[in-house]
Amino acid sequence: MHDNVDAGRGSRVILPLVCILIGIWLVLPLAIIVPISFSGEDSFAFPPRSWTMRRYLELADPVWTGAFFNSVVIGIIVAAISAVLGTLAAFAIARSQSRLISFLRILVLAPQIVPVIVVGLGVYLVFLRWHLNGTMTGFVLAHSAMALPFFVIPVVASLQTFDRSLERASASLGAGPLATFFQVTFPIIRPAVLSGMFLAFLASFDELVLALFLQSPTFLTLPVLLYRRTTDTIDPTVAAVATVELLFVTTCVVAALLLQSRRLGREAIRNE
Amino acid sequence: MSVSSGITGKQTGAVSRPFLARLDQWWLLALPVFLFLAVFFLYPTSIILLRTFTEFDAPQSGGLDNLAWFLGGEANRTILFRTILVAAVSTILTSLIAFPYAYLMTVVSARTRTVMLGAVLISMFFGILLRNFSWVVMLQYQGSLNDVLVALGLNRIRFLGTMPAVLMGMTHILFPFMLLPLYAVLRGIDRRLVLAAQSLGATPSRAFWQVYVPLSTPGFVAGSMLVFVLALGFFVTPALLGSQQQSLLSQLMFTQFDKTAAFGRAGAMALVLMIAATVFVVLGNAISRTSRAYEAS
Repeated sequence: MHDNVDAGRGSRVILPLVCILIGIWLVLPLAIIVPISFSGEDSFAFPPRSWTMRRYLELADPVWTGAFFNSVVIGIIVAAISAVLGTLAAFAIARSQSRLISFLRILVLAPQIVPVIVVGLGVYLVFLRWHLNGTMTGFVLAHSAMALPFFVIPVVASLQTFDRSLERASASLGAGPLATFFQVTFPIIRPAVLSGMFLAFLASFDELVLALFLQSPTFLTLPVLLYRRTTDTIDPTVAAVATVELLFVTTCVVAALLLQSRRLGREAIRNE
Repeated sequence: MSVSSGITGKQTGAVSRPFLARLDQWWLLALPVFLFLAVFFLYPTSIILLRTFTEFDAPQSGGLDNLAWFLGGEANRTILFRTILVAAVSTILTSLIAFPYAYLMTVVSARTRTVMLGAVLISMFFGILLRNFSWVVMLQYQGSLNDVLVALGLNRIRFLGTMPAVLMGMTHILFPFMLLPLYAVLRGIDRRLVLAAQSLGATPSRAFWQVYVPLSTPGFVAGSMLVFVLALGFFVTPALLGSQQQSLLSQLMFTQFDKTAAFGRAGAMALVLMIAATVFVVLGNAISRTSRAYEAS
């Protein structure tokens, strides 16, 4: 590629070395959880002296499965709400000529900038009055507002590179606006919509601070349970949860990157 | 700018039309989102900020008492100062670590780049809480980091409950938010400019520091804005890796809710936090506008 561009000859060796160290720093703290989750002892000493599957069997406890079920259901509904509201907002942001749209852009992105602890305090007060604290509806509504930016950013990016002559062609061939949307526009922005929905799901699934305000003794989510089990006394079962989630996230990321590089490869061949 | 709007007749027309006529049909699509965010985000946020001026716990009784209580107390000022300091240090640490990594991503093969990006994404998507848990395990008195210290012939250190532990966790967790915007900018830098500087007689390192690094400023600004603002409101990491004696602002706010239900005081802290975040974002926007204008000229 472009040689001679880096800071000096020494960096040819040092830079990759530094980056390998950064890579290890990124991943090692996550990987160390895996052997710990099979540890037979209650301490976190590494390497473990005895091994057991007990932590994983404890996950079958209704406390864990209940919290997990709540988190998954809330995450799926949040992803669906973000998809509907977020697609509308993305079209407005990408296509409107109105100057008010910059205000909308700020409003949609604001939940990422305003500290969650501030929103959490406010949501607690408001939802107390509306009897939404400790309910699934309350979690879904609060999480949806926080998850919207994660959906809108990739979809707006995809719409901005979208070739609109395709829509005009579809319209000139007699398709109505809805048919054009579902048969021309949507298939093209689908990858962005799907990754946006995945990000919105994760934003909700992983959300702790709002959840700490909204939880009740009878209704909590997985992050709240994990938080409780990490603050009072550290419960080694958390390591088993972490291992399962690490496996899930790694699978998703590897699959997404493989799909993307294969698609880019196909496009490169087509362009040649 | 004036040239481009002259070419696209549409924009010129829009400027000359009256204000309301610019509400084209696309704007209607935004109405549901607008209402949703107004009810479930803007309204709650303003409610807590307004509590600063409407709800008082003795000895505060009215007016600006809550703000005076927060900014007047020695202990509270220390916490505010510590929060801003921790946010600034995390911003500096993440940018120092992200720059070599993002730079290498722009020069390696597509396959290596995918692996490097994969490591960042896995770390990013692995829940914030679980990443903190990983650091709790790593930093235990009998934990792996201390094992490394012992192997190096040093003594074990009590990391948990200290500021260095909080900074280690926050740097790790906030790293992707610095790396991704920085990488997006570095990828777009035309490296021939650096070669041009070299052909004009600059040494490779001088060309790198005086041409390449200034061009990467917008990436640092975008990443710093995200990291600093997120760090200001960080709750989980200080709560798990830090201690009550050295708490950060968000912990203090949560205590006001959890222990005393003093929403007026919490509101005053929220107000100060929001002002600090807004000042930083406005400042960042101004810097990136200036650097864009500088590039355009």
